[in-house]
Amino acid sequence: MLRLDGVSKVYRVGTFGGKELHAVSNVSFDVKDGEVVSLIGESGSGKTTIGKMILRLLSITSGTISFNGVDISTLEGGELKEYYRKVQGVFQDPFSSYNPIFKADRVFRIIREEFFPGINSREWNTKVESTLRAVGLNPDDVLNKFPHQLSGGQLQRFLIARALLLDIQFLVADEIISMLDASRRIDVLNLLADLKSRGLSILFITHDLSLGYYISERAVILYRGCVVEMGSTEKIYYNPLHPYTKMLMASVPRLDKKWEEVEVELRAMEAELSSGCVYYERCPVADKDGGCARDRPTLLEAESDHFVACIRYAEERPPLYKAS
Amino acid sequence: MSLQVENLTVYYQTLRGDVQALESATFTVADGEIMGLAGESGCGKTTLAHSLIRLTPPMRFVEGRVELDDEELPVWDMERMNDFRFKKISIIPQYAMNAMNPTRKIGKMTSELLESRKVDFKATLPELKRRLNLVELSHDVLNMYPIELSGGMKQRMVMVLSTLMNPSLLIADEVTSALDVSSQKAVVEMLVGFRDRGFVKSLIVITHDISILYQIADSIMIMYAGQLAEKASTEVIIHAPRHPYTKLLIASLPKVGVKYSEKRLTGIPGSPPLLLDPPIGCRFRERCPVAFEKCLDVPPFIEIEKDHFVACWKEFEKNAQA
Repeated sequence: MLRLDGVSKVYRVGTFGGKELHAVSNVSFDVKDGEVVSLIGESGSGKTTIGKMILRLLSITSGTISFNGVDISTLEGGELKEYYRKVQGVFQDPFSSYNPIFKADRVFRIIREEFFPGINSREWNTKVESTLRAVGLNPDDVLNKFPHQLSGGQLQRFLIARALLLDIQFLVADEIISMLDASRRIDVLNLLADLKSRGLSILFITHDLSLGYYISERAVILYRGCVVEMGSTEKIYYNPLHPYTKMLMASVPRLDKKWEEVEVELRAMEAELSSGCVYYERCPVADKDGGCARDRPTLLEAESDHFVACIRYAEERPPLYKAS
Repeated sequence: MSLQVENLTVYYQTLRGDVQALESATFTVADGEIMGLAGESGCGKTTLAHSLIRLTPPMRFVEGRVELDDEELPVWDMERMNDFRFKKISIIPQYAMNAMNPTRKIGKMTSELLESRKVDFKATLPELKRRLNLVELSHDVLNMYPIELSGGMKQRMVMVLSTLMNPSLLIADEVTSALDVSSQKAVVEMLVGFRDRGFVKSLIVITHDISILYQIADSIMIMYAGQLAEKASTEVIIHAPRHPYTKLLIASLPKVGVKYSEKRLTGIPGSPPLLLDPPIGCRFRERCPVAFEKCLDVPPFIEIEKDHFVACWKEFEKNAQA
């Protein structure tokens, strides 16, 4: 459905724009129909930039983003409007997404003016009310109110309802849970899960790993604008391979394990996984590009009745004797 | 006992009446204890923290008694509290990022701060530098303006400043909310380090992120709508909570390894009451799955097991039978 191909975003910084800041470099991944992909990274890792590029709020420096096979950077005028009919975003801070001077339902009115000019009022009101019910809000409680009269969770669901009015196929959810209270988070998360089962694809941008695990099939880990690891959520969580992912997994506060336990576990996993020669780190003659880091050498007979487990002797003689 | 709070009640004065933000809080924090304070926004956790150190209008002291190291704290008297603030009781405020004077270099600001408390800056300087080392800040920060520091650095600088006088009690109000996961970990581990090194005797850590408290706190106190709901050791709160609100709250938190397709978590239906005119009795009554007629009275905050306090009539009855 949505595909990113070698997408980069470079900002010019410094006094005369002499320096370059690579906010996102060469990122490729795709989101299939009805799939939730988590984009995980710390602040400054470029996750929001990617979300904004998908929503065409930022231009792309190089690479392409295509939606159903169409390059989105070429869309203009009516085509762009059609794109926004299918792709919408919800952002982190629900309070700043509204103009405090106007009532909160103004966001719905704008959608009506822009996308449904022909619809009559009765039909529109029914549509708004059924959408509000779909996101778990009671229309009588929330319509005709100012933003400050509604809670963060209500405002956030309002914004999701706004996106749903358009019959969207793809939602960019940028940290939509972070600002909410612990007891409210799960309601919004479950709402996203329900929408997904109705065929909506979601790019779930977050820095909270447990939220990402709860909802998504696949995860993309970003560090300084580069994808360091991606794949099925289970595999990444239970078997993180990249050192950054491991560090991230170890620093996330969890409810089932203390930090010390996580660290011990990771270290044990490391020892098990490091497949190279056990002496590799300290070996003065280790072959950096060769097999020393990759394969654990088996015990070889270097001369009669003298065994050594070092790859340097493997080339000269075939293993005569293999220790377990 | 380091801190002893009895029946502390604090309201906010508004034109429409009093907002009953903190209702008869009674609890203790032992020497060396790190107590986590958690609850939804608007449940009174920050009110509780501020009433211990800086009770300013529109906050109004109604009743209660606060003792720190067997000495009564005159929390209702702004002037007299000056003797205790910073030296005996200190706070890392929620807005720590903006807590420092932007027009002064940090070293200059620190010396002014110490002089205002009649402490010699020169004599304190070596200790200040030692603590900067501990939080991995270079001594150059003393010659910088706050704007030159990153968010995490400012947070650590404020931590050093707040604890410079070795207070008995330190209140850390949402210190991790604005930080990344890896700096969050560093900051809270420094807090624990401060306790272990004896810079502070006890700590109250306020946050809405219970998973952080699980990592560092010795005990957790849960608040709901201005009332204390439950206080117990961290393990008990997470694994064997007794108050219905705590149970629902803990159950609604997603953990790594839980997927909605395998185990769908549920939230707490309803929303917290408005504290301008709060319902009588237990304030959780309307959302509580086990509420009964007795809940129209305010439940007492009783000790059902050693160091395990619960304010719930159901638990009260079970305890009375046993």
